[in-house]
Amino acid sequence: MSDMTHTAAKPRAERSATASMTYAIFLTTGLILLLLAPLFFYPIFLMKLLCFALFACAFNLLLGYTGLLSFGHATFFGGAAYFTAHVVKEWGFPPELGVLTGVVGAALLGLVMGYVAIRRQGIYFAMITLALSQMFFFFCLQAEFTKGEDGIQSVPRGHLFGFIDLSQSTNMYYFVLAVFLIGMVVIWRFINSPFGMILKSIRENEARATSLGYSVARYKLGAFVMSAALAGLAGGVKALVFQFATLTDVAWQMSGEVILMTLLGGIGTLIGPIFGAGLVVTLQNYLATSDFPVTIITGVVFMVCVLLFRRGLIGEFYASRLGRKLGFEHRR
Amino acid sequence: MTMIFGIPLQAFLGQLLIGLINGSFYAMLSLGLAVIFGLLRVINFAHGAQYMLGAFAAMLMLQYFGINYWFALILAPIVVGLFGAFIERTMLSRLYNLDPLYGLLFTFGLALTIEGTFRYLYGSSGQPYAVPAQLAGGTNLGFMFLPIYRGWVVVVSLVACIGTWLLIEKTKLGSYLRAATENPVLVQAFGVNVPVLLTLTYGIGAGLAAFAGVLAAPIYQVSPLMGSNIIIVVFAVVVVGGMGSIMGAIVTGYMLGIAEGLTKVFYPEASNIVIFVIMAIVLLLRPAGLFGRDA
Repeated sequence: MSDMTHTAAKPRAERSATASMTYAIFLTTGLILLLLAPLFFYPIFLMKLLCFALFACAFNLLLGYTGLLSFGHATFFGGAAYFTAHVVKEWGFPPELGVLTGVVGAALLGLVMGYVAIRRQGIYFAMITLALSQMFFFFCLQAEFTKGEDGIQSVPRGHLFGFIDLSQSTNMYYFVLAVFLIGMVVIWRFINSPFGMILKSIRENEARATSLGYSVARYKLGAFVMSAALAGLAGGVKALVFQFATLTDVAWQMSGEVILMTLLGGIGTLIGPIFGAGLVVTLQNYLATSDFPVTIITGVVFMVCVLLFRRGLIGEFYASRLGRKLGFEHRR
Repeated sequence: MTMIFGIPLQAFLGQLLIGLINGSFYAMLSLGLAVIFGLLRVINFAHGAQYMLGAFAAMLMLQYFGINYWFALILAPIVVGLFGAFIERTMLSRLYNLDPLYGLLFTFGLALTIEGTFRYLYGSSGQPYAVPAQLAGGTNLGFMFLPIYRGWVVVVSLVACIGTWLLIEKTKLGSYLRAATENPVLVQAFGVNVPVLLTLTYGIGAGLAAFAGVLAAPIYQVSPLMGSNIIIVVFAVVVVGGMGSIMGAIVTGYMLGIAEGLTKVFYPEASNIVIFVIMAIVLLLRPAGLFGRDA
């Protein structure tokens, strides 16, 4: 699995001063851009982008930092969307509790799917997650509460903490942004925690991690549940943004899409998936008006990425001359 | 009317036959996947797309060139097999030294591209393909009515599966294939051209999928989505069977097809998911799969 991803990041202390500088500059610029973005772009588009960016980062937590390729992440994203939409619409939950329900639901689904799937490795893991996620798709197709082909429609956004009106798109945007940032901080903390370090060691050399006495299966399951919960966070918020939850979110194509976003942006880089998600969402938006099917482009981009840029955009940038000059680690 | 477990015998046997038919396709497709995986270490996600290409090739050959079912049954697999060999030679072969997951991702992209193209050209709705005149109609077996074409599919798929098995287990070419599965470097050192063997294997695998596609054309509608609908189920079949053994893939394919058919009789709501449930149970009890060796 080790050649799927890049070498682990160096401990923070060893990082050069230029790198910290560059990180700080990039981070600040990014934050300012995100805060000002609604002045320039259509808020729904931005919110969609943030949701998918968080989804892709959650997915990357598993692929990039643990080395597990899940082909079933639509289950957590779409499942959480259904849970959130259901409790908000039918039970009158406030938005924050609704999203929380989505997260908890996704984590539970992740626990079940992970428990079954971690019994096999590599390619089998991918196939098992795909099959289980297809099972969940059929469940959603037939279950009562998902409303079948129609999906759960016109979900109210409600008032955050009882007083912030989320039907206002500016309020909603800053809510989504806050969730996105919280999600990113959680991911960042997670991969730099001792737990995250053990995950990386499993990715690099599973046998050795086992021989050091780590219960590899338990760590993998932990990472799987974490990734599922964060994907659920993205899905739950997405249900509030679009005010509906449908079968599209749980279909296997969605699992493929999130893989593409991560691959395109850079597997195993913290911010790569954000860019990957941005590109894919922009492309879909752009093509939505034409009758040319997105699938063809998605498929071709997949093939090109796998053949030519396996490091992804951000990975290639880090490895490029400019990237190295700016102090990023030179990766394979 | 005879009843079995409270179900009319006719309905029971009818669903059993449908299960057997589905099982035939699962068996042929998982067999191809297992053969390709055995040698190339690639999970061919495009297998479903190649199956769909087979069905489309048969339909288009009939529409534009008047080539009938019987010739299509031979020509379509050859065309799709050549296409597969071309893909393997030009692109897939560059990925062998990498993690096997890249092969999966590449063939996933290939499947999306093929499916998207056909959806763009022919729409997502299915188109009918007539049963060849020689196999039209049905026969009354006394206890049930058997459409002749369905009986033909079951027989031909069995022949194809056993034929492939014999090819791999009993011929010289098969022995090269098996040897290259175990140790490609050594086999190459003995003067066998392993890269050609790999191309051939992928071509044969794709051809086999296309063959199944032509067989399927008169039963299911010819639609761009027919491949992705079946491939995920076939993945589950492969996980249950374990890819270690060719015979395992075949037997599991038929077994799960029948299990699915029977579920339709007793608890129709679960028929879509029964194979996945079986997969989960098998994983919990025997993680290596029914016929698999621990990888």
